[in-house]
Amino acid sequence: MRAFTYERAASVEAAAKAVASNTEAKFIAGGTNLLDLMKLQVETPTHLVDVNGLGLDEIQSTPEGGLRIGALVRNTDLAANQVVRRDYGLLARALLAGASGQLRNKATTAGNLLQRTRCPYFYDTNQPCNKRQPGSGCSAIGGISRQLAVVGASDACIATHPGDMAIAMRALDAVVETVKPDGSRNAIPIANFHRLPGDEPQFDTVLERGEFITSVVLPAPIGGKHIYRKVRDRASYAFALVSVGAVIQPDGTGRVAVGGIAPRPWRVEAAEALLPKGARATAAALLADARPTEQNRYKVDLVERTIGAVITEARG
Amino acid sequence: MKFDKPATTNPIDQMKVVGQPIHRIDGELKTTGRAMYAYEWNDAKQAYAYGYPVGAAIAKGRIRSMDVSAAKKAPGVLAVVTTLDVGQREKGKFNTAKLFGGDEVQHYHQAIAVVVAETFEQARAAADLVKVDYAEEKGVYDLKEAMKSAVKPDEKQEPDSGLGNFDGAFAAASVSIDETYTTPDQSHAMMEPHASIAAWNGDELTVWSSSQMIDWWRSDLATTLGVDKEKIHLMSPFIGGGFGGKLFLRADAVLAAFAARETKRPVKVALPRPFIMNNTTHRPATIQRIRIGADRDGKITAIGHESWSGDQPGGQLETAVNQTRLLYAGANRMTAMRLATLNLPEGNAMRAPGEAPGLMALEIAIDEMAEKLGMDPVQFRIVNDTQVDPEKPERPYSHRDLMGCLKTGADRFGWSGRGRPGARRDGNWLIGMGVAAAFRNNMVLPSGARVRLGSDGVVTVETDMTDIGTGSYTIIAQTAAEMMGLGVDKVAVLLGDSRFPVSAGSGGQFGANSSTSGVYAACVKLREAVAQKLGFNSQDVVFEDGKVRSGNRSVPLAEAAGPEGLVGEDTMEWGDLDKTHQQSTFGAHFVEVGVDVATGESRIRRMLAVCAAGRILNPITARSQVIGAMTMGAGGALSEELAVDTRRGFFVNHDLAGYEVPVHADIPHQEVIFMDETDPMSSPMKAKGVGELGLCGVSAAIANAIFNATGIRVRHYPVTLDKLIGGLPDVA
Repeated sequence: MRAFTYERAASVEAAAKAVASNTEAKFIAGGTNLLDLMKLQVETPTHLVDVNGLGLDEIQSTPEGGLRIGALVRNTDLAANQVVRRDYGLLARALLAGASGQLRNKATTAGNLLQRTRCPYFYDTNQPCNKRQPGSGCSAIGGISRQLAVVGASDACIATHPGDMAIAMRALDAVVETVKPDGSRNAIPIANFHRLPGDEPQFDTVLERGEFITSVVLPAPIGGKHIYRKVRDRASYAFALVSVGAVIQPDGTGRVAVGGIAPRPWRVEAAEALLPKGARATAAALLADARPTEQNRYKVDLVERTIGAVITEARG
Repeated sequence: MKFDKPATTNPIDQMKVVGQPIHRIDGELKTTGRAMYAYEWNDAKQAYAYGYPVGAAIAKGRIRSMDVSAAKKAPGVLAVVTTLDVGQREKGKFNTAKLFGGDEVQHYHQAIAVVVAETFEQARAAADLVKVDYAEEKGVYDLKEAMKSAVKPDEKQEPDSGLGNFDGAFAAASVSIDETYTTPDQSHAMMEPHASIAAWNGDELTVWSSSQMIDWWRSDLATTLGVDKEKIHLMSPFIGGGFGGKLFLRADAVLAAFAARETKRPVKVALPRPFIMNNTTHRPATIQRIRIGADRDGKITAIGHESWSGDQPGGQLETAVNQTRLLYAGANRMTAMRLATLNLPEGNAMRAPGEAPGLMALEIAIDEMAEKLGMDPVQFRIVNDTQVDPEKPERPYSHRDLMGCLKTGADRFGWSGRGRPGARRDGNWLIGMGVAAAFRNNMVLPSGARVRLGSDGVVTVETDMTDIGTGSYTIIAQTAAEMMGLGVDKVAVLLGDSRFPVSAGSGGQFGANSSTSGVYAACVKLREAVAQKLGFNSQDVVFEDGKVRSGNRSVPLAEAAGPEGLVGEDTMEWGDLDKTHQQSTFGAHFVEVGVDVATGESRIRRMLAVCAAGRILNPITARSQVIGAMTMGAGGALSEELAVDTRRGFFVNHDLAGYEVPVHADIPHQEVIFMDETDPMSSPMKAKGVGELGLCGVSAAIANAIFNATGIRVRHYPVTLDKLIGGLPDVA
């Protein structure tokens, strides 16, 4: 960990300005990911802007019948919220499938969206990694890739987005609300929030430097059965090999977003239109562009089988 | 005392204290955070400095140069000691790869420098500023490739054995299998990373460390530093897990010693978590071929087991065929082990070395044979029981009740409810049961102790024995209490200090039996001293209820001690009973699993171990040992694998997020039954070990249960869903 200076932001606008004006600065909220990465010298900010004092910790109804979730609402509180549990069960279930109780107590809504990949090469500063050190190469390609992406990746990077919450957010069509350093407000549909790596895997999201997430808005509830199925090697406290977040309506139509297989929550609207035809058709369309490695080819089957299990559960 | 004849009746047989379910006497210290682990020693008068290690960024090569100028200038930095500064050092006797010194890089994350600063954070930050110019060399990292050039190691490692005509009998067998199994590299992944504090006073060195074997560490540290062993005082009273990873001197102690010498300050060094997998040792991967032939009644006529493993140059075999030499009958036999040279980190002992990976393979093979014969796998094992060493039939077992374990376990587990493969289902879960035999030899090592009877009537035991979480403190207290006619509240136990008599240490499940036998021997001396002082005939003296009695005279122990107290010291040494008799421990593991029919996720539902391991010194601590071992076996079966990058030569998943050990949710229900037995050939304690027995066979029982659930036979550990998914029923 490199030595760093530290300030507590007095306002959202001040926080955004503080980070925008210093290329070595980062926001810190729960710190559950950032601090680990700093200890390993993977992240090396020299200035931290602590945003924990900014409020933004409420969950409120919107005039449109949806929900506005403050950026600093802790994962534990969000998962326990009565309205979330009633109307957005997928979100509560995804949250509770992630990390551990202790981590969820600290982790925030915005921070969760911004968590970085768990690719083991990203974590080891002795190894080339284009995401950590642009231009150094990708060690994962041709290396240990059992956990890594089968779709949406590039020749520069095959890392996955590791989260659970964002998979649910994607299926629920959440919108990320931000304040830019110039004070202007921005609303980014979750579909556009996480980037595909292309030639610039160092950028996980479309956020500009200093752009500050204030809240995440969920549209009005859509009913249906809310299922989050996380597949992993051990029963708890593990990142997903594959996860499926789905909302299935009584007529068999629905939405499905998949985690563990791509650099961002993977949802293909044309694929989910095939849900009534079953898992095989849906998965085939979802993974039409898949380029698995020898080690993660199993994920192609696993996505189909997990979607199948989810459809069966929804019927039952 | 030399133990060279089977034990007869002795004070331990009273079992007033020994064998009783006494909670661990150090439990309160641990649950209240007052047990001092190596890194935690804090003397307010000492100005500790903090060392942070730098590990090699390559797997093989040489260091051309190191630039430490930036690190030295960093805030708070006191010194940077590099591997080039200390130069070539003599390697410790128990180390294969060097720990520190010289320009050669033998494996990834090998220690190449330690940065010392006023604070831990300053040292860590500066460590990143050390620049190294390497001349990288090509290495060999893939066991599958390297096995082609594997060689037969020297006879000391006993690579081969055989009896009869294996090839002929195997070819003629009515029913046979010939399969290859693999086990991956595994990490000890103990909770407490390796950590040491070193402090010099003139030419005398004091080290607080986390060591399973005080005397081995002390000797090897002296060798590596080039100092007299007698000048080193090593202490390791509490250890947060070892599993074999702390048997041998590690880099933390060496770095701390060099750093303390350079800075003239006491220095603390802990290995960061990502160092544990590549800087320290690991259980080496194996490739194992097993051939078994039997007649139609299920009698084994031929059994052959070959194993390939790799290690650093000069390293050792993973002795994965050793149990096959002993476990089942069969007139025609062969085993062979070959060793490949690999440039991965050093392979070495991890809990039940040899037997754990060997039984992972053998006990699947036995299940496969039973399946092929159409026999119940419990029955197949019973049919092939032996009461003698099958390679040397003139050597009987001292005591062997594998059959009792299997029968008791089958009965208690409800084994008769096991269905055909793929036949049982509970909702989305395919349900299966599996069984495997557990087998681990009973090794003994010389073990010394000193016992003092104080004027307060308290007996204090001193031995350099360690407690790595196993319960050594408690069983030693129980032994001394039994011998001296006291309760454990009148016994104080001091462990893990090189000023105390050299003990067996903790490893190879030899610790409990050997170290309590050493305490037994010392107590015999103390009893004689008490009797002599009182003028009693030591033959008819009774130690009971805090008193010593002879005829109609009875004297409180405190009074007998007198103001000066009395001391007994001895070392238990061993005759040849382990040569004339095969001494082993036995068990049977039963496991029920569910396999998700869609995803192939395997989840354990319940586990039972039945163990026959001589006298159980304390059923609570013994049970903890066994359930911990069963948990480790669950990890080995289902998730634990050090992933080798065969291009760059290192274990990629070097943290506890990537190397998945079981969590609580993976282990819903465990039960342990100990057979009520003693083994008078083993020691005066009539006990054997259980700490490794509990691991042996578990993983195979799980793999066999997965086969029973799914009908899919996976021979390559860990049994992860990607190896099952192609064979599961269609669910779409």
